[in-house]
Amino acid sequence: MHELSIAMSIVELAEEEASSRGVQIIAVHVKLGALSGVVKEALLSCYEMACESTSLQGSRLVIEDVPILIYCDSCRAQRRISSVQAFCCSECGTPSSEILHGKELEVIALEVQECVPNRA
Amino acid sequence: MRPEPRLIEVRKNVLKQNDVVARALRERFRAAGVFVVSLVSSPGSGKTTFLEKTLTLLRPDYKVAALVGDLATENDALRLARSQAPVRQITTGTLCHLEAAMVQNALQGWDVNQLDFLFIENVGNLVCPSSYDLGEDLRLVILSVTEGEDKPLKYPTIFHSADMAVVTKLDLAEAVEFSWPTAYKNIQAVRPGMPVLKLSAKTGEGINEYLGLLAVRLAELRHPTAV
Repeated sequence: MHELSIAMSIVELAEEEASSRGVQIIAVHVKLGALSGVVKEALLSCYEMACESTSLQGSRLVIEDVPILIYCDSCRAQRRISSVQAFCCSECGTPSSEILHGKELEVIALEVQECVPNRA
Repeated sequence: MRPEPRLIEVRKNVLKQNDVVARALRERFRAAGVFVVSLVSSPGSGKTTFLEKTLTLLRPDYKVAALVGDLATENDALRLARSQAPVRQITTGTLCHLEAAMVQNALQGWDVNQLDFLFIENVGNLVCPSSYDLGEDLRLVILSVTEGEDKPLKYPTIFHSADMAVVTKLDLAEAVEFSWPTAYKNIQAVRPGMPVLKLSAKTGEGINEYLGLLAVRLAELRHPTAV
């Protein structure tokens, strides 16, 4: 289970962005490929743990699932695969290992609120 | 009144930090002319026996060294030390995979310029290591005949992170009624075109083909145009 270290990297990355922009983060949006090696449910529960005692405590993690897409040589097009156990074009059945999408593990956006300055 | 929330576009790879270190390692290995092989598999697949055999057979002709990841013990490093090659243990504690920075730290004090081959044995795990680039030239996913032919179907992600599959413990194939055609078909189903080797570290069957392949890859690395 490496989702906790992934979650900690997400929090670290988001904190850097937040402090450089002077904003408070309410939610972090990530793209998660089906072939990234990361389990969505585990990442969600680890995220909460990783946020504890950071400026992101209480923030949400919004995960956008990215399906596996291959390039099919026969169709000359981007296609879905039959199943994760069969890397074949879902249309014509030609095998392919040319993965165009599905390995994503990236932060794509931050939902933020401007920090309200403390009044003395 | 609190201001309205807004969305900022970011687009940053979560594993960027690991990828940056891995890229630096790869450049360092290239410059030193050392060919780096990493091994991933489930626990008990025979990685250490396979690696011990590899180091022992390569050592008369090449300068070899190994880094070996383990959660808690140093048993693997002690076993590999019998090959007389320099071996370092990376004890990961509770971490289930190696990261590029751990490889970088473990190399401290070693002159990689002196090496021909460096082997990195990952922690026995078919899930977590797949997300982490270690700067290697060749990643081998190891599948022993005792694990059954359907491992590739259960762990397609690791087969996509590796460059080549190696089926080990071939000497036990008959005893466990292992079907090579089925295993090969399953590997090709999840990763069409993946090269597959089959061997037995115990009897030596298939080992020469594998060692020959490593020698070719080392020559290609050092003289990219000559081969």
